[in-house]
Amino acid sequence: MKQIKGINDFVVKFANVNGTGSASANHLFAKAIFRMGIPVSPRNIFPSNIQGLPTWYEVRVSKKGYLGRRGGVDMMVCVNPQSMEKDIASVEPGGYFLYDSTKPLANHMKRDDITILGVPLTEMCMREYTVPRLQQLLKNVVYVGAMAALLDIDFRVLKDLLNDQFKGKEKLISSNVHALEMGYQFAKENFQCPLPIRLERKGGNVAPHILEKPHILMNGNTAAALGAIYGGATVAAWYPITPSTSVVDAFAKYAERMRIDAGSGKKNFAIVQAEDELAAMGMVVGASWNGARAFTATSGPGLSLMSEFLGLAYFAEVPVVLIDVQRSGPSTGMPTRSQQSDILAAAYASHGDTKQVLLFPATPRECFDMTVQAFDLAERLQTPVIMMTDLDLGMNDWMSPPLEWDDNYEMDRGKVLDAEGLDSVEKWGRYLDVDGDGICYRTLPGTHPDKGAYFTRGSSKNEMAVYSESGEDYVQNVDRLLRKFETAKSYVPKPKTHPPIKVKKPKTDLKLGALFFGTSASPAYEAVEMLAPEGYPIDTMRIRAFPFHESLDRFIHDHDMVFVIEQNRDGQMRQLIMNECEIAPDRLTSVLNYSGTPITARTIAHQIRQALKTKSAEIVPLKRETA
Amino acid sequence: MSYIKPKFRHPRLPANRLGFTVADYDGAISTLCAGCGHDSISAAIRNACFESSIPPHRIAKVSGIGCSSKMPTYFLGKSHGFNSVHGRMPSVATGASLANRDLTYIGVSGDGDTASIGMGQFIHLIRRNVNMTYIVANNGCYGLTKGQDSATADLGSVAKGGAVNPFEGIDLASLAILQGASFVARSFSGDKGQLEPLIRAAMAHKGFAFIDVVSPCVTFNNHVGSTKSYTETREHLDAMPLDFVPMRDEITTQYAEGTTQNVTLHDGSVIHLHKADSSYRTDDRRAAMDSVQQADEDGRILTGLLFLDPDSQDLNQSLNLATRPLNELGKDELCPGSKVLKSINEGLR
Repeated sequence: MKQIKGINDFVVKFANVNGTGSASANHLFAKAIFRMGIPVSPRNIFPSNIQGLPTWYEVRVSKKGYLGRRGGVDMMVCVNPQSMEKDIASVEPGGYFLYDSTKPLANHMKRDDITILGVPLTEMCMREYTVPRLQQLLKNVVYVGAMAALLDIDFRVLKDLLNDQFKGKEKLISSNVHALEMGYQFAKENFQCPLPIRLERKGGNVAPHILEKPHILMNGNTAAALGAIYGGATVAAWYPITPSTSVVDAFAKYAERMRIDAGSGKKNFAIVQAEDELAAMGMVVGASWNGARAFTATSGPGLSLMSEFLGLAYFAEVPVVLIDVQRSGPSTGMPTRSQQSDILAAAYASHGDTKQVLLFPATPRECFDMTVQAFDLAERLQTPVIMMTDLDLGMNDWMSPPLEWDDNYEMDRGKVLDAEGLDSVEKWGRYLDVDGDGICYRTLPGTHPDKGAYFTRGSSKNEMAVYSESGEDYVQNVDRLLRKFETAKSYVPKPKTHPPIKVKKPKTDLKLGALFFGTSASPAYEAVEMLAPEGYPIDTMRIRAFPFHESLDRFIHDHDMVFVIEQNRDGQMRQLIMNECEIAPDRLTSVLNYSGTPITARTIAHQIRQALKTKSAEIVPLKRETA
Repeated sequence: MSYIKPKFRHPRLPANRLGFTVADYDGAISTLCAGCGHDSISAAIRNACFESSIPPHRIAKVSGIGCSSKMPTYFLGKSHGFNSVHGRMPSVATGASLANRDLTYIGVSGDGDTASIGMGQFIHLIRRNVNMTYIVANNGCYGLTKGQDSATADLGSVAKGGAVNPFEGIDLASLAILQGASFVARSFSGDKGQLEPLIRAAMAHKGFAFIDVVSPCVTFNNHVGSTKSYTETREHLDAMPLDFVPMRDEITTQYAEGTTQNVTLHDGSVIHLHKADSSYRTDDRRAAMDSVQQADEDGRILTGLLFLDPDSQDLNQSLNLATRPLNELGKDELCPGSKVLKSINEGLR
């Protein structure tokens, strides 16, 4: 048997039962690799359940710093008999399978093309501990100990992590360290350690850009919450929904630390757990209308409920910041699985002619930066801004360069007239487009004794905010809103392009391009690097906002075949591009994954190869003017 | 409905403490049907704000959707207003009040807006005790969509087309008492003498103040057989006369001894209840509930101040919010800066 080999480059997957304490043990494993300075990206693949169902934790180790999923499993650690049959079958040939051998492996599951490593986890813990809870919890720590020996994890790093985690609880530290050692010893005594796949701290060919700055490990939801703190949000209204819940949880945690008025001990923030998403969005609209920076976080079904208010906010021109952590729909869909499937629902959220501003972060760092930016944009543009993340980015830990903050940052509160401002203008109308950019001057309640008051409503109004059902007034108003959306293009983040990878002998004359956004980006870049040596150079553009930048249009017209990589069934981003840029459908080829688990580099590469095989013959290269 | 609103005002209109005349509290001309009860409520709100000397621009008006929710256009033209979403005004009011605790909030809703589509938000508004006055113009029907029964229509009430309502009506005042509202009142749009002091007291109350106002729909629900017509309401009214005396004013009206009961609000202002039977207690939730139910059984509509908890904790207090309005806070108070972020980064390694 040819065993899989590799230093700092493999995929390990843990198969557990949820609610048994495996999450913290698995996290310990991933964090130890991170602390060793080796690029790692852990992913929780979990059920919508608290206890008893199968759950997985996939850890990708990549010296090149690929943080997306690669596809395939090199080593499986299985402590869940429920899923064992499928788990062992999913290991790559030449891979490794570590399992709880207290109960022997059934004959029909056995494979001779992989290395099987039995550790009697249950038996060891039953012997060592008397308390049933400890027997269960420490079983997880024992296999981490065994993995430390098998993969060459620095044992001191593990100990340090336990010290950090259980600071002040000496008893817990010593029992955990003991469990680690038990697993470590067992592996050392019974297996050849380390395995051909292993970690190496120094000289492991880790990509230099990873080593440049001390990276951090954080999830997108926490980063977004910090963005809300730094962006000056004072009102958060929300309704619990996976996978967005931890955004407001984290906001609360940081706000309790950083937003308490020193003199009075009172809070410079308000968090309201609303009765539903309708109310959550209503509170955000009310607070923003009244001049506070307010936000909410939700996911698919919540977005549906918020759509009514998003429509009003669009027409009434009230700033709103919404963080949509996307998942599979509907409520009894796969709420704990990741997708990018709210694109169209968000872009055109609500009734009437509406278009919403969307942001697409791809990293925790961008979650932080874009949340701050979302508040500026919402107030500058006086409209809802929806930041579209997903479960993969929001709830999983990502390695990221440290967050940065410029102390010279000033909030952009947009065009708001205070009392002085109102006195200085000759004529004021809430919906008068004085500057020609579609953005009008708003006023806040309570500002001026005689000027600036108006009645906020949807679209039945004229430029002076007086009730009107006149068709002319309506048309003038919604045309201005469209003008404002055009203005938005100059404010939202521009797409990122990467120079193509040089290919010595291209196998095609077609100019290939790939478009993607959010969590599809990392595996997309990896797929592009996989395809280059095969003779397929692909230019890339990462979309970061809607409305689309004009360079997107150019990118599509500059390429003969453009792939749109995304995580939904219907190619929603492709549709949005077709619709907004008036692109013919055959110009854009979908590359999709919508299984609920994040898209892999291998899937992307495979689909692109297939498309090149089947479609490229039909495509006539575009005639281009030569420069 | 009058199409032309005279701009002329008497040059010596009496002014309030702040020097404003009642004209400073006017709104646009009403577009509701002539004789609509809602216009009387608008007038009562205007007068109450004038009498209580609240600067018009320090009031924010919020409403949902329906005839009732058009009302804020027709009073307080110098105040900002928000005609929001059907049944969702409570959430908008909650957010607005969190953003700026210093303004006076007046919410206007209807029976459809509150008792049907907005029931969930209404209950939670009570639960949170948001500091605002919430007035329901209650006519038992959907006026703007031409007269369908609403959820507050009484059992057996006859619609204009002759259909008899087979369902129990929802009594919003009882519901508010039961749910723990800190100020619950009921009135009749035709009883200016009672409604105005109630609105003034509601605005002085710190917390959620609810006033259910029976306000007949002249077009769709003012016929024989309707239990919310002007005639029916007047005949069955069990009104509790009252007046409101702000903290600083002296009592000028004299009532027969033994018939007046004083209820003191949090800010020191006083409501005087004048009732022959002075045994009514506004501080006893169960007794209040009992009185409302008893009147209902007797076929009477009990109006007046039904329940008051002057020491209630409003939402700002429950959340321990800063005294300064949140919308006034700037970068210095809100943004922790780069040093703190560095230490956060450290913690994520």
